[in-house]
Amino acid sequence: MTELLEELKNNEKKTVYDPLLKDENIIIDIKDFNLYYGNKQALFKINMQIPKGKVTALIGPSGCGKSTLLRSINRLNDLLDYVRVEGDILLDGESVYDRSVDLSELRKKMGMVAQKPNPFPMSIYDNVVYPLKINGVKKKSILDEVCERSLSYAGLWDEVKDRLKENAFGLSGGQQQRLCIARAIAPEPEVILMDEPCSALDPIATYKIEELILSLREKFTVVIVTHNMQQAARVSDFTAFMYMGFLVEYGNTINIFKKPKVKDTEDYITGRFG
Amino acid sequence: MNKFARKNFKIFFKSKGEPMLWLTGGGLVISLLMITLLLLLVLKNGMGNYWPGGIVYFKLKNGEAIMGEITKTEYYKLPDDKINTLNDEDKKRVLKNNGKEKRFLVRVGNFELSNKHFEWVSLHEISKQDYPAEAIVLERLEWGRFYGFPKEFIVDGRPVASDLKGILKNYDRYHNDVRKLWRKKVSIEKGEIGKLNHKIEKERLKLKEAKLELEKAYLSKNNEKINEAERRYKKISLEFEEFNKLTKNEYDKLINEINKLKANYEKYGIKFLTADGKEKEVKLYEIVRGYTANTLSFGNKMGIYLNRWIEFLTDEPREANSEGGVFPAIFGTVVMTVLMSLFVVPFGVVAAIYMKEYAKSGKIISILRIAINNLAGVPSIVYGVFGLGFFAYTLGASIDQLFYAAKLPNPTFGTGGILWSSLTLALLTLPVVIVSTEEAINAVPNSLREGSYACGATKWQTVRHIVLPRAMPGIMTGFILAMSRGAGEVAPLMLVGAVKLAPEMPVDSIYPFVHLERSFMHLGFHIYDLGFQSQNSDAAIPMVYTTTLLLIGIVVLLNVVAIYIRNRLRKKFIGSVF
Repeated sequence: MTELLEELKNNEKKTVYDPLLKDENIIIDIKDFNLYYGNKQALFKINMQIPKGKVTALIGPSGCGKSTLLRSINRLNDLLDYVRVEGDILLDGESVYDRSVDLSELRKKMGMVAQKPNPFPMSIYDNVVYPLKINGVKKKSILDEVCERSLSYAGLWDEVKDRLKENAFGLSGGQQQRLCIARAIAPEPEVILMDEPCSALDPIATYKIEELILSLREKFTVVIVTHNMQQAARVSDFTAFMYMGFLVEYGNTINIFKKPKVKDTEDYITGRFG
Repeated sequence: MNKFARKNFKIFFKSKGEPMLWLTGGGLVISLLMITLLLLLVLKNGMGNYWPGGIVYFKLKNGEAIMGEITKTEYYKLPDDKINTLNDEDKKRVLKNNGKEKRFLVRVGNFELSNKHFEWVSLHEISKQDYPAEAIVLERLEWGRFYGFPKEFIVDGRPVASDLKGILKNYDRYHNDVRKLWRKKVSIEKGEIGKLNHKIEKERLKLKEAKLELEKAYLSKNNEKINEAERRYKKISLEFEEFNKLTKNEYDKLINEINKLKANYEKYGIKFLTADGKEKEVKLYEIVRGYTANTLSFGNKMGIYLNRWIEFLTDEPREANSEGGVFPAIFGTVVMTVLMSLFVVPFGVVAAIYMKEYAKSGKIISILRIAINNLAGVPSIVYGVFGLGFFAYTLGASIDQLFYAAKLPNPTFGTGGILWSSLTLALLTLPVVIVSTEEAINAVPNSLREGSYACGATKWQTVRHIVLPRAMPGIMTGFILAMSRGAGEVAPLMLVGAVKLAPEMPVDSIYPFVHLERSFMHLGFHIYDLGFQSQNSDAAIPMVYTTTLLLIGIVVLLNVVAIYIRNRLRKKFIGSVF
């Protein structure tokens, strides 16, 4: 491992890409992206293209920078004032780090689902339509329609349709997470970012969420960070393996899991890592 | 022997932590004990104050007689030379008690006759003790209590009954009606004549304003202006004269009515004989309450007890606050506390939001936070001085100059009042609100904020829809703390508007209904005034306890309401986050 570290630090090692990626329609293009927490560099020269309408998984050991990379895409890292970035990320060919970018407009295009379910302190209904309400949508018919559609999409409609006005905290953990997904898709974003969405859930709830992710693929681009390699194998079309802030290997999930080109990827996937 | 049994006592002692258990538990017990003792003291003295006691009649060895209620019994050291002058029986008793003698504090009343409210009587001075059935105690509008034997019931100067039964019967028959007439007279004096006075005052101010305008016009030396002002002044003074005539009529009518009422109720009276043989006629309307204390049944006593509490809670004070009720003080306290909350909560919450959500955390904010925490430790009297100097004398005086110039030199806002009091207390409790709001905002999980930002919300939308609702229970806690502190604070209020006796309430039926410039009565100040400024301190001290009990009760009530709201909010906004 130390060898790899040395190689990467000296910029000798290059990310290994899968040639299949070339045929895909690209929605997010990460270019030479560096990120610093104060003086500490957390992401090193990431170059990565995320295909449209597919599920892309980010895997890697804890602290490798996958969540940081994910949060860089919708600029949530901006909330910390000691974070500094270099390079650029393009969404639909437009820079998200451009000075003229309005964060609200940008984030409307990207729904996000957090590690722990984070329903807001309000009713189920208000939770789902929150992204619309803050954008000034007031018409009740539109809100009602979006609420039903999003909840149905998240597979929650039948469970909660009789208690939409009740507090969201009354739901179970899995239901809360699906509610958060419904909230993320309510404004019809282009991309959905998921940061370990199942890490706080039991296997049954996890199964439901995975099903949901697979069905989301039709309509949205999904980027998912996960610790669970089986989950990555099950739900994703493409997988990126990251280590210590570097993108080590990136390609078709089947190829990554069946015949990884880099030995470290193989070690990590087979559990012989470290 | 069990192999796990203790082998080394020292280690056992430490590992079990027994000394710490005793230390921490002991600390709690001592704190609880002190609070409980304080509450018990207040409760016992406060609740017992209104229970009607019996009347004792003492025939003294020097030939005098006194009558009244025993309010205190104690032993005191008798000087040796005094002991030697006692007769054998008393001497024996005193010596047996190590030279201490028993004495009673008797509430003798009848102040206008004897110049005394209370009198100490030692046991050896008494030759005969009795509880006469016909003795009556009166609570009066003036001069405090009266103790005596009824002699005659008088109507129009002629006696109509002279036996106890007949007098009591007449008393029952007329007392309520007479009191009703008297109350009507008071309400005319306070209500209608008060309103009339307000009207006259308003017209007078108009005249004065016109006069001021005229003076200004003379100074400007502009002929046109002078003419205009003169014309106006003349018109208004004519109106004023007209108005005066009109009100004079109205006024006379009211006075007439009052006189009629007076004639109707002043003809009833009861002639009493005091213990020392003096005669005294008490008008029936002056009697708030009268009863034969030694023949009361338990039910009667209970009735008097409750009646006294109702009077205490709903009536206005009499006799330099040592008798009657405290309603104006309750009202003033509540209004002041509510006003204070209206000022302090929005400001405190907004300041805390800025410090937590908008400002970059750094040295300046840290220093600011320390400064705010230190503000909570500034003696409250300092806030009072600031309130008087800044709010009343600077801000208030400027307001007077601008809007109430005609009333000067009498200040309107330029002196203590309920507005300045509540602002001063708002300042005093601001640190409490800021600190607890900050803590509540701190406790809002970051994942919620991020979730909101990720939905595209702006900072303010996040604060407004996510952070504030979630922090609401914590903010309520700060509000509760601020309210408790504000309601119990006295020192600054003495400077900025609380008074011993406020002639008018801060909220009444005269336009514009809420009078923020008025001074007000406050329960805390009332307690101080009763306990330390009263001339009749023996009578006032039990009232101190009763008023304290009431103040504690009000603070508890306000807290219970706020806690109820907080718990509801907590259920709504926090719920079960796993």
